Amino acid sequence: MLNHQSKVVGIPLPRIDGPLKVTGQAKYAAEHHEPGMLHGFVAVATVASGRIAEIDITAAERFPGVLKVYTHENRPKTAESDKNWKDMVAVPGHPFRPLENDCILYDGQPIALVVAESFEAARDAAPLIRVRYAPDEPHTDLGRERRQSYVPPQPRMEKMVPPPPRGQPELAYENAAFRISADYTLEGEYHNPMELFGTAVLWEETGGLTVHEKTQGSQNSRDYICNVFGLDPQKVTVKNSFVGGAFGSGLRPKHQLFLAVMASLDLKRSVKVELSRREMFYLTWRPATLQTVSLAADRDGRLQSVMHHAVQATSQYEDYQENVVNWSGLAYKCDNVKLSYELAKLDAATPGDMRAPGAATGIAALEAAMDELAYEIGMDPLELRQRNFVTHDQNHDKQLTSKALDACYREGAARFGWSKRSFAPHSMRDGQDLVGWGMATGIWEASLTQAEAKVRLFADGKVMVSAAASDIGTGTYTILGQIAAEALGVSLDKVTVRIGDSTLATTSVQGGSWTAASSGSAVQAASAAVKKTLLAHARTMANSPLADASEEEVSISDGRLVLERNHQVGLAIGDIMEAARVSSIEEHGKVAPDQAQAKKFASYTHSAVFVEVKVDGQLAIPRVTRVVSAIAGGRILNPKTARSQILGGVVMGIGMALHEEGMVDHRTGRIMNHNLAEYHVPAHADIDDIDVIFVEEEDAKVSPIGAKGLGEIGIVGVAAAVSNAIFHATGKRIRHLPITVDKILAQDTVLQRRAS
Amino acid sequence: MDIGTPLSTCPVMLTVNGEHHRFELHPWVTLLDLLRGPMELTGTKKGCDHGQCGACTVLVDGERVNSCLKLAVSLDGAEITTIEGLGTPQRMHPLQKAFVEHDAYQCGYCTPGQICSAAGLLAEGHAHSRAEIRELMSGNLCRCGAYTNIADAIEDVMSREAAKTVREAAE
Repeated sequence: MLNHQSKVVGIPLPRIDGPLKVTGQAKYAAEHHEPGMLHGFVAVATVASGRIAEIDITAAERFPGVLKVYTHENRPKTAESDKNWKDMVAVPGHPFRPLENDCILYDGQPIALVVAESFEAARDAAPLIRVRYAPDEPHTDLGRERRQSYVPPQPRMEKMVPPPPRGQPELAYENAAFRISADYTLEGEYHNPMELFGTAVLWEETGGLTVHEKTQGSQNSRDYICNVFGLDPQKVTVKNSFVGGAFGSGLRPKHQLFLAVMASLDLKRSVKVELSRREMFYLTWRPATLQTVSLAADRDGRLQSVMHHAVQATSQYEDYQENVVNWSGLAYKCDNVKLSYELAKLDAATPGDMRAPGAATGIAALEAAMDELAYEIGMDPLELRQRNFVTHDQNHDKQLTSKALDACYREGAARFGWSKRSFAPHSMRDGQDLVGWGMATGIWEASLTQAEAKVRLFADGKVMVSAAASDIGTGTYTILGQIAAEALGVSLDKVTVRIGDSTLATTSVQGGSWTAASSGSAVQAASAAVKKTLLAHARTMANSPLADASEEEVSISDGRLVLERNHQVGLAIGDIMEAARVSSIEEHGKVAPDQAQAKKFASYTHSAVFVEVKVDGQLAIPRVTRVVSAIAGGRILNPKTARSQILGGVVMGIGMALHEEGMVDHRTGRIMNHNLAEYHVPAHADIDDIDVIFVEEEDAKVSPIGAKGLGEIGIVGVAAAVSNAIFHATGKRIRHLPITVDKILAQDTVLQRRAS
Repeated sequence: MDIGTPLSTCPVMLTVNGEHHRFELHPWVTLLDLLRGPMELTGTKKGCDHGQCGACTVLVDGERVNSCLKLAVSLDGAEITTIEGLGTPQRMHPLQKAFVEHDAYQCGYCTPGQICSAAGLLAEGHAHSRAEIRELMSGNLCRCGAYTNIADAIEDVMSREAAKTVREAAE
């Protein structure tokens, strides 16, 4: 655990990479240039299913500046076995292989790569490719395809498999005093990070490749291309120094990586491939999901039964899976629980993890259902949740390493003013606007994953941290620097952080909110090892004042290794290194999950989110006007960047609740709104002020540094809280996200028809 | 830009961040691609190429413009300011400093566009409140959701500039 009198960790310091980002000096993948670099542009399929009957590239090849057009008919040979195509975080099934054959598996699938001397030539030649398809009838409507739903035969991870039922959920449901059961629908969503997916491959005469790549894991991309193209990992370096957002979309390699490397190896030239915004809708997505939640409670509001079933979309070629329903078995105390999860295949690209995958979706349904139950009972929705508070993980029968959710409820409600809420729907107004207050609980797992880091201390007191970690906007550069600075007694400006490079210390992909806890703990371990080595050198010096000092007794302060209890006693770092004849000390730190602890304990982050909406009384336009998000996320390493993580999650949650909807024309199976004008993500004018509270939560077990990770928890529960607030404002329960004006108005019509 | 073709190019004069440049350009080259490509001014970002996200915002003769929607040949004689022209890590523009201070970004990809847009907004003088900042900055999307912090940063600079104006008027 970090020292509580910390000087660097826990302080809201600005990001160390900030000045580069605000001045345009931070270089993202596709911004790496080289004289003579070629440009690739991808041509995509315009049917969702079928075969390419004929593809004519003559006109495109003849276009001025074009070097070569690749299709399935002339693509260089690559690995045969699926095993080579599976990246570190692949899901069960057969990974997609770009330009492998004439099969079309989804709308927008890459069918050709045009490589030219300029971006414009590649772009303008691509539409000259003539394609004749033999299309099949598309299957893209989850509502229809759920008839062929199935339990995934191969689980993606054991922890995603719903636990077996406990108690007698059906019987308890039938016998309970209060019960609700409802269907909830989520339309597909697209990550849409602002940076387009891009790869710049710098080809070297010696056979080496340096690949600047938009990814959440440089080593995952390196291993993938080495496996697919049979390259020597020693000769391939993948860099992702700056990543313009990803939200999960950069966990698995995307086809532009494959295509850029393929063309580079084939043409023996440096090649860049940057996708268009339209193509960002053909890569991966948060899958459309249909859910049924049934809840029952006794007269005191104690849960008697929880049943949650989900059917989720996947592709024809892979079984993407996420944990949608399991949360319902551990969110509240209940002894009768039944959870089930199925997939249905669509003609679409394989879905992927998108910020809080599974939890954002499943808890949106569970927490809307909890609100429905509260109204069925006639109980305040917050009171219902507090009454069913649970202090251990009933799914796995494990203790929790910490759970300060009760403080989130208390502090969040106080800040929001929840006690002033009137219970009845449609009872609060502000002029023309109907006002509604809603709340929800959020949960996400607090994971530690294997991570390594190196820390080097120089004679002048400067420090270098290095690891193949990524910073996708999360603040990783800064917090890793803070941890090293704290441990080695220097200010943050003395620390240089090198990440985003596959040649550095082994680090997994940046996902699951585990980077801060994992890489942070590795940096802490490496820093401790540096201090230990420094002390070992100091102790061997002639007449050393630290000859008898133990590790616990010394610290570094003002460039000296000193006795903790008396800073007068010590030695300058420079002198110690000079005596030891070294110019610096570098040590390696490593962390891995504690398997013994994992048998007994589970760890989660929690949140309570409170939302105010105003719904125009006549036009039914909903707006989120106030949000309080109270988070229990363990130790907060940097309150400034931590707050930003939560703000971002809340904003994406508002998008999920009100705006974001991938629209597919099921007659053609094609995505209709593949641009940022028609797929609306929240804009400035959609977002009012958001209040973030971090409640005190000490957890010495979750990770060596006590941090839990904050990348996902911010979004979880937000969509339910918004939907519950809209119910409170309007008296209308809309169970189909996003809650757009048409749905609010349509319910009006239904209500009026029923009344008349 | 030569793609080895007989297609004709046009001469274009541009002043970019105070420096004069002469180009021979094909008419289909956008200002954005000129900046990011041959000029290697990659601080200006491509987020959609359709004028829908604002990541490519630069100042053309002092006004904020989506550079992806401008053909470079249509700007002969124009003065362009990109994020690189506003400030450097060592000498940051007040907006750049405020963005760092308020953590008004996360991944940083929309940030140059947000800052150029904010510079244009301040010059326009139409925004007087937080609500107006939000409305008039809505052409710049931020998927990381840094909006409240961006509003804080702009409001901070706006109020400091207003205070400076008052001080100068009083002197």
